[in-house]
Amino acid sequence: MTAGIVAAVAEAHRRDWAQVLATTARVTRDLELAEECTQDAYAQALVVWARDGVPARPGAWLTRVARNRALDEVRREAAFRRRLPLLVTSPDSPGDDRLRLIFTCCHPALSRESQVALTARLVCGLSTYEVARAFLLSEPTMAARLTRAKKKIATARIPYRTPDPDEMEERLDPVLEVVHLLFTTGHTAPTGPALIRSDLTAGAIQLARTLHLLMPRSAAVTALLALLLVTDARSAARVTPAGALVLLPDQDRSRWDRALIAEGTALLTDALRRRPPTRFAVEAAIAAVHAEAPSWEQTDWTEIVGLYGVLLRLTGDSPVVALNRAVAIGFRDGPQAGLDALLPLAAEPALATYAYLSASRADFLRRLGRRTEAAAAYDEALTLTGNEVEHAFLTARRNSL
Amino acid sequence: MAKYTLLIYGDAAQWEALSDEERRAKDAAHAEFRAAAGDRIIGGQELEPAPNATTLRGFVTSDGPFLETKEALGGFYSLEAADLDEVLGLAKLLPEVHDGHSAVEIRPVVDHP
Repeated sequence: MTAGIVAAVAEAHRRDWAQVLATTARVTRDLELAEECTQDAYAQALVVWARDGVPARPGAWLTRVARNRALDEVRREAAFRRRLPLLVTSPDSPGDDRLRLIFTCCHPALSRESQVALTARLVCGLSTYEVARAFLLSEPTMAARLTRAKKKIATARIPYRTPDPDEMEERLDPVLEVVHLLFTTGHTAPTGPALIRSDLTAGAIQLARTLHLLMPRSAAVTALLALLLVTDARSAARVTPAGALVLLPDQDRSRWDRALIAEGTALLTDALRRRPPTRFAVEAAIAAVHAEAPSWEQTDWTEIVGLYGVLLRLTGDSPVVALNRAVAIGFRDGPQAGLDALLPLAAEPALATYAYLSASRADFLRRLGRRTEAAAAYDEALTLTGNEVEHAFLTARRNSL
Repeated sequence: MAKYTLLIYGDAAQWEALSDEERRAKDAAHAEFRAAAGDRIIGGQELEPAPNATTLRGFVTSDGPFLETKEALGGFYSLEAADLDEVLGLAKLLPEVHDGHSAVEIRPVVDHP
């Protein structure tokens, strides 16, 4: 099998998986079976494309193969299927199949854990093993979670449809949260040897792009896509060739992806024209301020502190946002001011096991020359992070005291 | 179509403390819900407070509900609907969804052929 065929199938997987599965699900009315048929179509593509060449429209080829297999299964198991709870579909409802799939996976009657797992598996096409690894669960545990969620969709009859316009805003919220969570999980993997899990970040960006394509007038979707692009633009500069972590102040800004930044900034401008700004729009604006700064020293910290203030209100005083604001104050007004701003957060239960609080405190103490206290704070941060790249970075900082 | 049961849970003490006027407002809201649901309603009852319950377990008959909790089952509706979204849309009309101390749990019903 040539590398070219494998690459073509991988590309079709990235681009078309959601479409193939979403269309097949309308035939099977069973997510599990749709998943199997889709998987099978990709496996066949490896063999058939190697023999006959890559088809002109790979997505259409894959959909046809998956659908045919689905129709066979449905016919063969008709008697058995009559006793199963099947996906509730409305044959005449308009809209894109991918949107139907996304909104079904992110239905508010499912827990956030189930929404994320289903979206990663069914919409982004990650394997159960990959999803399990991303969320620190064993493969059987993740498989059980996915099965339970699919069973609830069928049994409680969560409909396979796109929400009506009047409920769109409410139903879009969990979708955006899930896409954002997939991205952040990949952006700094909670565990493992690599800082970035690009399968997750790429999947989340692809999903945000799809949503933007299908809902171009939604300011909330536009803002989320802007945030993901501007953040992802920095990813090449976040690790050294040897895999070590490079923080924003030390990043080689010439390695930032200027095309992505330009695309993200343009989207953000568009999203901000429509008021009031969403949480993701403000986060994108913060990322854009960093992206536009020629150097760390020349960053507009006053603007960043102000934006974190807006974000704090929008998130109902989220402790994590308060932490970021305190850190920004430290860069605007100096390490002592930063340390003072962090002080009230020490008692915050939501941050009790949050490594970044200890790491931020350690950094301010280090810059103030309070070495013993800084070392203790680094030790605290080290016990709280499971990412090996972050671990190595914090150890190096501690040793340099 | 599928069947669902809507279980209305809440703090019984707060239900008992309702004034006549509050009680009438609640009844009116339920009437609105029933009008909106129409013939999709296939059953439903308001239950007397939990202290009036009698529980049988094995050979023991005891005074009170199975679960001795502050939040108790206060009533239920059985509905027939196309899907969960239709039920969610109707259930939002129930006053117990918005009272703070109470909530409505939606359970799909096993379809015995």
